[in-house]
Amino acid sequence: MHHRIYHPTVARLTYRGLLGRRRAAVLFTLPALLLVIAAAVRLLTGADDDTATKVLGGFALATMVPLIGVIAGTGAIGPEIDDGSVVYLLAKPVKRPTIILTKLLVATGVTAVFSAVPTLIAGLILNGNSQRIAVAYTIAAAVASVAYSALFLLLGTVTRHAVVAGLVYALIWESLFGSLVPGARTLSVQQWALSLAERIAAPGAVSSDVGLPVAVVLLAGVTVAATWYAGEKLRKLTLAGEE
Amino acid sequence: MSSVRIDNVSRWFGNVVAVNDVTMTIGPGVTGLLGPNGAGKSTLINMMGGFLAPSTGTVTLDGTVIWGNEEIYRHIGVVPEREAMYDFLTGLEFVRANAELHGLPDAAARRALATVEMEYAQDRKISTYSKGMRQRVKMASALVHDPSVLLLDEPFNGMDPRQRMQLMDLLRRMGAEGRSVLFSSHILEEVEQLAAHIEVVVAGRHAASGDFRKIRRLMTNRPHRYLVRSSDDRALAAALIADPSTSGIEVDVQEGALRVQAVDFGRFTTLLPAVARAHGIRLLTVSPSDESLESVFSYLVAA
Repeated sequence: MHHRIYHPTVARLTYRGLLGRRRAAVLFTLPALLLVIAAAVRLLTGADDDTATKVLGGFALATMVPLIGVIAGTGAIGPEIDDGSVVYLLAKPVKRPTIILTKLLVATGVTAVFSAVPTLIAGLILNGNSQRIAVAYTIAAAVASVAYSALFLLLGTVTRHAVVAGLVYALIWESLFGSLVPGARTLSVQQWALSLAERIAAPGAVSSDVGLPVAVVLLAGVTVAATWYAGEKLRKLTLAGEE
Repeated sequence: MSSVRIDNVSRWFGNVVAVNDVTMTIGPGVTGLLGPNGAGKSTLINMMGGFLAPSTGTVTLDGTVIWGNEEIYRHIGVVPEREAMYDFLTGLEFVRANAELHGLPDAAARRALATVEMEYAQDRKISTYSKGMRQRVKMASALVHDPSVLLLDEPFNGMDPRQRMQLMDLLRRMGAEGRSVLFSSHILEEVEQLAAHIEVVVAGRHAASGDFRKIRRLMTNRPHRYLVRSSDDRALAAALIADPSTSGIEVDVQEGALRVQAVDFGRFTTLLPAVARAHGIRLLTVSPSDESLESVFSYLVAA
């Protein structure tokens, strides 16, 4: 009966929960910060492709997208599991994968809207899409939104400390290890997304450590595996009660 | 009509055994699941509601295994103990969402809200509701699909007497309609008022099952112990021991009190003040020394 990948009611509950929480402030603050930086840089240094790459690559894709992914991905399911209200979703004849896929769609949508859209605007402010840098980073941000949402949604079903775990991954693994340990970059959503940006932008404007075929396979693989596992976790989720 | 059957079910968490080899059937009518806190009531209800897998044994609804089968929710309604329930929605939005998740129209939500008499507050945010109002909206969410089985975990917790009566009336009505209604409680009086049939669990074990009055009698006929302080303990002791309702008295010198064991609860409670008055003794303290539910239940288990 309810064999579908999207349930509008689950979606409504999810995005209203996401945008209604205090954490949602981060969703508005980070993009605003990006736009302020972009405007300030443009005013102070003028249009410059190299600077545009640094701002979009260093702040938008490396920091803003994963952080928004953490908020949207973990926030799409974690709080409901923590406070027990998920019971009202579970006590229904709705397939568990439907719940997870719907939540993934909402988390991805929210992450993309709050990260890809401001990335495009910031890129246009910085250099007016010269060398297709703005569009390249926008698409990278959108693609990274999918993988981050899947990963952090899974975290939300696995641990009560999903936000902290997500932040550790986003900041320490993606940013710190990625810049120190070359091998870590191969296992980085950011680098996979960058390899798409590399293909879209003018030659030499953007560079990634991962080849495009590997990047596409890893992005798809991580998204599918994380989503499948999150569905399994939800199917076997036990509510231990208060005793 | 449906029934939930628990068959040789045990559930443990690590080394802790929460439910120990329980077998029971919850059929049409109102059944009370009685037991002290921590006895395993919530664990049992969570297994019946499909939120917890039994470690061993089976939990079935009319022969169908409940765990891992979301189709059972077409027949089961669950009222959880926990408070959280999408507080950012209004009551109507919440119940409507529950109806939609069952594939039911708005009318089902409105009917359920009318059943629990919450229409007057249905457009207010749940975050502004009192405990009793929350409980009623939870009820409405469990009733939208007209389930044949209703599971309620400590539904009367934190309710005022009027709300309690309203909910009891509603549950009685549900039971009379042929639904299988199971509610858990650690309060004897609650169960007494609502359920003719009770299941008692103590420390994870199924301690008693059946007619409430029979089990209540077992409980009241057990020896009762009292701590009594008076203006003249020894004179009181002498007068009390002469009556057959008293089976033992100890003068506790350190405490400065009497420890009395009564075998006939009803007779002793009228005897004590009468004897005191007749001998001009003033009673300073009369307190039951083993009235905790745990001791009542332990007695039941031993019986």
